[in-house]
Amino acid sequence: MTAPVLETRGLQKHFGGIVATQDVSFNLMRGARHALIGPNGAGKTTLVNLLTGLLVPSGGHIFLDGTDITAMPTHRRARKGLVRTFQINQLFDSLTPLESIALAIAEHRGSGAHFWRALARDAAVADEAAALLTRLHLADVMLVPTASLPYGKRRLLEIALALASQPRVLLLDEPVAGVPSTESREILDTLAALPADVTVLLIEHDMDLVFRFATHISVLVNGAILVEGTADEIARDARVRAVYLGDAVVGSRDG
Amino acid sequence: MNSEPSATVPTGDVAQFARGPRMRAWEWALWGAALLSWFVLPRQAPLLNEMAILALFAISLDLILGYAGIVSLGHAAFFGTGAYVAALFAKHFVADPVAGLAVAALAAAMLGLLTSVLVLRGSDLTRLMVTLGVALILYELANRFDKITGGADGLQGVVMGPLLGRFAFDMGGRVAYLYSLTVLIVLFFIARRVVHSPFGYGLRAIRDNPQRATAIGIGSNVRLAAVYTLAATYAGIAGALLAQTTGFASLDVYDFHRSADVLLVLVIGGVGWLYGGLIGAVLFTLMHEILSGLTPQYWQFWIGLLLIVLVLAGRGRIGRMARRLLPPRWRAAAGKDSP
Amino acid sequence: MLTILFDGVAYGMLLFLLASGLAVTLGLMNFVNLAHGAFAMAGGYLTAVLSNKLGMPFLLCLPLAFLFSALLGAALEPTLYRRLYRRPHLDQVLFSIGLVFMAVATVDFFFGSTQQFVRIPEFLRQRFEIGGASVGAYRLFIIVVCGILALALQAVLTRTRFGSRLRAAVDDPRVASGLGIDVNRIFLVTFAFGSGLAGLGGALGAEILGLDPTFPLKFMIYFLIVVAVGGTTTITGPLLASLLLGIADVAGKYYVPKLGAFMIYTVMIVVLMLRPQGLFARAGGR
Repeated sequence: MTAPVLETRGLQKHFGGIVATQDVSFNLMRGARHALIGPNGAGKTTLVNLLTGLLVPSGGHIFLDGTDITAMPTHRRARKGLVRTFQINQLFDSLTPLESIALAIAEHRGSGAHFWRALARDAAVADEAAALLTRLHLADVMLVPTASLPYGKRRLLEIALALASQPRVLLLDEPVAGVPSTESREILDTLAALPADVTVLLIEHDMDLVFRFATHISVLVNGAILVEGTADEIARDARVRAVYLGDAVVGSRDG
Repeated sequence: MNSEPSATVPTGDVAQFARGPRMRAWEWALWGAALLSWFVLPRQAPLLNEMAILALFAISLDLILGYAGIVSLGHAAFFGTGAYVAALFAKHFVADPVAGLAVAALAAAMLGLLTSVLVLRGSDLTRLMVTLGVALILYELANRFDKITGGADGLQGVVMGPLLGRFAFDMGGRVAYLYSLTVLIVLFFIARRVVHSPFGYGLRAIRDNPQRATAIGIGSNVRLAAVYTLAATYAGIAGALLAQTTGFASLDVYDFHRSADVLLVLVIGGVGWLYGGLIGAVLFTLMHEILSGLTPQYWQFWIGLLLIVLVLAGRGRIGRMARRLLPPRWRAAAGKDSP
Repeated sequence: MLTILFDGVAYGMLLFLLASGLAVTLGLMNFVNLAHGAFAMAGGYLTAVLSNKLGMPFLLCLPLAFLFSALLGAALEPTLYRRLYRRPHLDQVLFSIGLVFMAVATVDFFFGSTQQFVRIPEFLRQRFEIGGASVGAYRLFIIVVCGILALALQAVLTRTRFGSRLRAAVDDPRVASGLGIDVNRIFLVTFAFGSGLAGLGGALGAEILGLDPTFPLKFMIYFLIVVAVGGTTTITGPLLASLLLGIADVAGKYYVPKLGAFMIYTVMIVVLMLRPQGLFARAGGR
């Protein structure tokens, strides 16, 4: 059996007396389309923060392609292909989309530390950036400072920034939250068009999206994994339905 | 994929992006005017020299404040170090200006590298305090070791040798001004390239959103330490120029008002586009000249008032208002995102 | 050595009095007010004028110094400071530096740049021998006054309704106002009170710290050290930090005069590097 691309063993996180992540062990195989669901406050974003290195675990290990990355700083994980999007847009407000994406591409290509030749004069990077932005329907706002963009476009840029780094493992934190329907369709189409060997972990509340996109689902409750399985198994699981009682399972787009 | 035909990449926009680093007409005009001033205003050479040095100092601060977002209240630490090292080098070793400049630059760079660890972590307040603290420590040290530094009286009688072995510093200060101006031009254009490079954009990314910057693979600590060292070097060179062209260095080079003044210069001219340091230096020096003539001791009062007014009016708003005064073709080119 | 300890404690208590207002302002409004020393200077100069020119008894000047600086703070907070709470720290720094410059120049204009002396009453000029230490009455007075004030502050913060509202507003202004707490009024009162304390500190400190137009600039770093090391979420934090700083400074200047203040700055930098949030900050605060 092939080794998992991303694996956690016994991952823990405490904040003082609060246990945010309890003994989480799961793995993602290459090319997986995996969703992480759970009620609000279950610790999904915390888990993503642990995986990407924004938080230091209180216990347990994380492995990327078999390498222990538990102590590895975030930027090195990103260089190894572990990339995420943020639930609340984290963009570079004073840069234009073209500049932001070009920068991310340059970083990925290893020319991020070059200090003499202008970024804008690197034709290969600029072309790749323009192409990516066009694919994500951001071509018309390429040169507009990010701060001036409407929310939907900002969300698209959020995704574009992650894709610019050519991720091998992509962690998406509620990609369509609060996005108007035109842009959310564009986002979904982009996700559907991701190369097959990119491993995707999707955090979402929108169950339509989850069941359309994911082949496997993990359910996180109170920081621990309640149950894992294929989409069908989870859909039929009584425990999952019980956990979601009171939550809008048949979620609307604005959930 | 969606059913629409795939959109075409707007190559016009990409071309416009590629033209970004190009020198604009007004930039040529500005530097032309600066060089012209040497010929046309021979008697103002000392004043212009002051402007050039202050401009270089302000640009060095812009590198860390405008581009990397590090708020420093003690940038005079590097300025002063450059000044003292240059003065002492000329007095005790070799009085060659360029050699002294190189040694001072090295000293400032080392200090910058050493203290860069202090500004990597922490909030704005921490950085404020730490940078202030470093400048205060150096001030104290210079004060204590007054046998070497001349203490409060300062290091007098620093006589410089001829520039490049041929051009002696004249009483009118014209050689000095050309010297400072040349150094300013060279260093400015180096900074301009750095700012347009991926490294420069990386700094802006770190400033705008440190978390996201790491998420796209930027190793913030190394980059910040690098730009801090570069800024320290520039500031040290500015200080060295001051010591060499005035033949004098005193505790004043480490004083808090130097750090505060250069901050004000940058705010006047605009933070985050290198020309802000230039324009701010020109305006500030002119203001000082005029106001010192009117009310010599109370210059500090007007500076304070100016600061308050500038902040309350909103720095961004002033920039926008100023830009509306420019003719339309220049307006677009003078957008704050260029140089 | 006990004398040094005693003097250091007195110095530290004075610093605490001066810096406590800054700690609360920073913790509450997240405003970096480098002009805090100017309020202290105002109280000091008022006392100098009242006691020297008008012959008013020193002890009477103290509450007046408090009141004067408090009113000054109450005037400036809603008109100027409040506009800048949401601005980036750079703007706040620039604004407060501007204020300091104006204050320094104004005082220089009216009073000149020489040291001001405050006439303290006879009974406070004595010295006693207590347990091997040479104890000055004035310093003892300072320790008592500041000690009482520290206890009172702690009591107000922890035992009164105002104190609870203040702590709520410090922890999270938005939530606090959502609970019906008038955050603006709390800011105003607190800022005025903090400025008043500074003024009182300036008046008390004129004898020990000296009083001239450069006071706000000279002592700015000390106040910042107290706040950075002691944190902004408790009373005890800045108090302990002030005492440490006071003792270290006095002892340093006595035992190692060549290095003087250099030690303090170095210690500050080291502390900030190891614990950027301060030595005594309460977790969960800002």
